[in-house]
Amino acid sequence: MTSDKSFYEFISNGVPGPEQKVDADNAILPARKLAFGRFKELGLPTVKTEEWRYTNIQRYLKDAFTLAQEEQGTVTAEQLKSAGIPQLDSYRAVLVNGRLQADISTLPTGGKITVSKVSDAAGNPQLQAWFDKHPHLQSQPFAALNAALFADGLFIEAGVNASLDKPLHIIHVYTASANAFIQPRHLIVLHKSATLEVIESAVGINDNAIAFVNGVTEVVLEENAELWHYNIQSTVKNSRHIYHTSTTQKADSRYHHFNFTLPSAELTRNNLSVALTGSNTETNLHGLYLATGTQHVDNHTFVDHLVPNCNSNELYKGVLLDDANGVFTGKIHVHQDAQKTNAFQQNNNLLMSEKANINSQPQLEIYADDVKCSHGFTVGRFSEESLFYLRSRGIGEEAAKSLLVNAFAFDITDQVHIPALQDFLAEKIRQYVAGAINN
Amino acid sequence: MLTIKNLHAEVDGKQILKGINLEIKKGEMHAIMGPNGSGKSSLSSVLAGRENYTVTQGEVIFEGKNLLDMSPEDRAREGLFMAFQYPVEIPGVSNLHFLKTALNEIRAYHSLPAMESKEFLKLTKEKQQLVDFNANLMNRSLNEGFSGGEKKRNEVFQLAMLDPKLAILDETDSGLDIDALRIVAAGVNKLRSADKAFMVITHYQRLLEYIVPDFVHVLYNGQIVKTGTKELALELEEKGYDWLKEEVHQKESV
Ligand SMILES: Nc1ncnc2c1ncn2[C@@H]1O[C@H](COP(=O)(O)OP(=O)(O)O)[C@@H](O)[C@H]1O
Ligand SMILES: [Mg+2]
Repeated sequence: MTSDKSFYEFISNGVPGPEQKVDADNAILPARKLAFGRFKELGLPTVKTEEWRYTNIQRYLKDAFTLAQEEQGTVTAEQLKSAGIPQLDSYRAVLVNGRLQADISTLPTGGKITVSKVSDAAGNPQLQAWFDKHPHLQSQPFAALNAALFADGLFIEAGVNASLDKPLHIIHVYTASANAFIQPRHLIVLHKSATLEVIESAVGINDNAIAFVNGVTEVVLEENAELWHYNIQSTVKNSRHIYHTSTTQKADSRYHHFNFTLPSAELTRNNLSVALTGSNTETNLHGLYLATGTQHVDNHTFVDHLVPNCNSNELYKGVLLDDANGVFTGKIHVHQDAQKTNAFQQNNNLLMSEKANINSQPQLEIYADDVKCSHGFTVGRFSEESLFYLRSRGIGEEAAKSLLVNAFAFDITDQVHIPALQDFLAEKIRQYVAGAINN
Repeated sequence: MLTIKNLHAEVDGKQILKGINLEIKKGEMHAIMGPNGSGKSSLSSVLAGRENYTVTQGEVIFEGKNLLDMSPEDRAREGLFMAFQYPVEIPGVSNLHFLKTALNEIRAYHSLPAMESKEFLKLTKEKQQLVDFNANLMNRSLNEGFSGGEKKRNEVFQLAMLDPKLAILDETDSGLDIDALRIVAAGVNKLRSADKAFMVITHYQRLLEYIVPDFVHVLYNGQIVKTGTKELALELEEKGYDWLKEEVHQKESV
């Protein structure tokens, strides 16, 4: 670890390579090696790389990091509480720097749905079949780096027709005594007609060192499977996140993804991509980002319509304060064979300060002729008239702004079907607005 | 209750109110009339605390306190209410949730506990019947997609719910058909009491047939140029405003 070498040099030559990673029977090693080669070949993106134009990633990689996944962190009950969602009745998988802590987790039992460490399940045929296979990951350097050197993560498998009585909550705890580059990795496979609700949330518990999290989750939905997938990003200021979520949907499957980016990680880059490989699927992508200070939030989404008769619907909304910077790039690719596609995309932004900024661009590539596609983008300022109306009824400025931000976010939060999670988000919005007014 | 002394205000550097003097006592009903653009809405906006107006001279005392020093929310909490000429649509904020928030913020200001849901619903039902406000609209987003008349009725419904000491109605009658006007007027009359006061801004005399004012003031060019009783409203209906304008200009040229 030295800071005078570039991050690329550091990774390529300065850290133990994939050979040093021990999984069960070394079953993932070949995939790791392949990915490492891919990473070296792809190199790191610069602002000249189209997909990274608005996010100068080099800037966030300048600091010296260790690959802290080797650190065996611990977590106290109090710290865990701060990562929780009050009143949420769920199964719970607690991961410290990517590693499952069985003693403080409550995993489903009974066998139809299994939650294990990737390292323990390395030889599992499903894992072998799907690990790092998602087509959209192949061109992504950070995903390749993750595959090559990830610490550990969860392998979740739901059998045919399986379902759970309550959601599975994955709590990520990131702790580092020195600047750390942390790489968790998950694979979620839902077999035919299985359904599952998964909530991921994260907490950083060391403000003094930078936690750079480079995470990847791959999802596979077999025929008629349905996944509700919530990702809540609310960690400390001193953290940076690159996250890839790559999903494959087979016929008749339904995928509902929610991404909530809340204060106050300084960098959040989400790559969410869905490949539709079977017909009659439904894909709902919802995003809400609330950014303050100098936060930079970049959402790149990609819906790949490969076959006919699929429906995708995307709504991302953002509220930006202070000097916060937002990026939204929504790509929809409708292949020539993908007739009768319905693909909708909308990105709405509310700027609450003069200096806040948003770069939003749809990328529609449509090669089929019998399709319904639309996209839209709006950016608005806070309505002074609405604010005055509320205040003139006795509602204080903070409560009034909170009502308005909640109202703006309503079409997203209203789609959340877990009341405890809805309440949690409403409270986060309240805190966000209060923070905005008090600073 | 309310004393306005020599009030001057401007917006975007343009002088709009040019020395308003007005005294409103408990139990009184004041009507403010005047041609378009004379400053009626500006006066109510300044009283309610709209931020784009700057008061350049004068003072306003409300129940012994300096009104102009207070934030809009504190004015409301002290018992001032303005029914908007153009109520705002706020998608995503439910009418009921909004009212409950408002009511409880006002209660908290007076060190009262938040109202129980049951009690709140009872009050809602009672007031909704009082002003004949469509119950289906209560769970909808605030004013979103409401007709002009529904919005105006919602203003009066809010007025009934929040029970202020002084209510300012800014052209609440415009856009209402005669039946709606009667209902709204009946509602207002039911809310009248010895310790409350009203300032009703209107263009038309017809509202004043239902809500009988104690005083009628004519606002013209940022000043109250004439004050009388309900007969003045009738006279204005008959003769229009031109004779008053001439009177003012004659005075100015002297
Ligand atoms: N924001 C503003 N900027 C400039 N002029 C304004 C603004 N608001 C109102 N005015 C002007 O103030 C005057 C009084 O308007 P208003 O109070 O709405 O009159 P009324 O309610 O009596 O019709 C009008 O000449 C109007 O054009
Ligand atoms: Mg007006």
